[in-house]
Amino acid sequence: MNARIESKPGPVKNRTTVERKSDREVVVTRTINGPARIVFEAFTKAELLKRWWVPKSMGMTLLSCEVDARVGGKYRLVFDHSPEPAAFFGTYVEVKPYSRLAWTNEESGEGGPVTTVTFEEKGGKTLVVLHESYPSKEALDAAGTGAADAMVETFDQLDELLVALGESSGQ
Amino acid sequence: MTRPFGRVALVFQDRESPCLLDSFPLHTPLRWRTLNHMVQCQQAHLDASFAALSDATRRGILERLGHADASITDLAEKFRMTLTGIKKHVGVLEQAGLVTTEKVGRVRTCKLGLRRLEEEAAWIERYCQLWDERFDELDKVVEELTRKEKSDERKNRK
Repeated sequence: MNARIESKPGPVKNRTTVERKSDREVVVTRTINGPARIVFEAFTKAELLKRWWVPKSMGMTLLSCEVDARVGGKYRLVFDHSPEPAAFFGTYVEVKPYSRLAWTNEESGEGGPVTTVTFEEKGGKTLVVLHESYPSKEALDAAGTGAADAMVETFDQLDELLVALGESSGQ
Repeated sequence: MTRPFGRVALVFQDRESPCLLDSFPLHTPLRWRTLNHMVQCQQAHLDASFAALSDATRRGILERLGHADASITDLAEKFRMTLTGIKKHVGVLEQAGLVTTEKVGRVRTCKLGLRRLEEEAAWIERYCQLWDERFDELDKVVEELTRKEKSDERKNRK
């Protein structure tokens, strides 16, 4: 018989913060409810990464996800995108198990950012600090619209739907 | 002297899960959906704006103007700076479109140029939305794995 009773972890939602540090850098922070070892695995194992990397609101389906998280190893994510699939890929430049990870983003050629993630465990939770450093400020400005365009479209569609529903229920 | 300003939080109140942003005045209107349409057209101004926001005194000036319009003299007193010093800061903010000034008689009044500030916040908001959603999903994956590991441990101990 198991004597230990575990309190069921409630859906405690931690805050995501975003700060534009300079012309070329953005820093995202978030505490994840779990040890650094597991969070690191979720970043570096394809079968885990593909479960969380693509927000549902982006309305995109991941066709394939390959991850070789070793220094010099590659990753490649392919999305179902019209008119043809879109691929995001790059190379791991730093892999320090459970504490630090860095990769390049090469899909848009040389202007891509380097993403560095650090994992800091405290009391069973892990502070994730994600740092995106762009080679130029123009590249960073462009990223603000580029990466999230699909999401905005989705929200626009939702807006339209809500307006339509409001109109029909008001009649 | 700069004010003990540090970080100012802007919490998006219309979101189910608030997203905390740093370095923006508290009084920015929150109308994100309509804003998203504007953002793409006005990228060129972003650099000047972010550079303007990188200084604690200038963020303090914006916050002050968020409460009420103020003259250069008011601001100089408030921030204990010379008129020339304050004028320089206001100049940077004005160039970035974050502040507008109007001279009536001998008094130059400064006002918040809110529209530009909304663009910056909208830019960051998009970024924040993407990562917030990602991390919510990551949380689920990690919690599931942590639970599984603990139950495996218990089984092994039996």
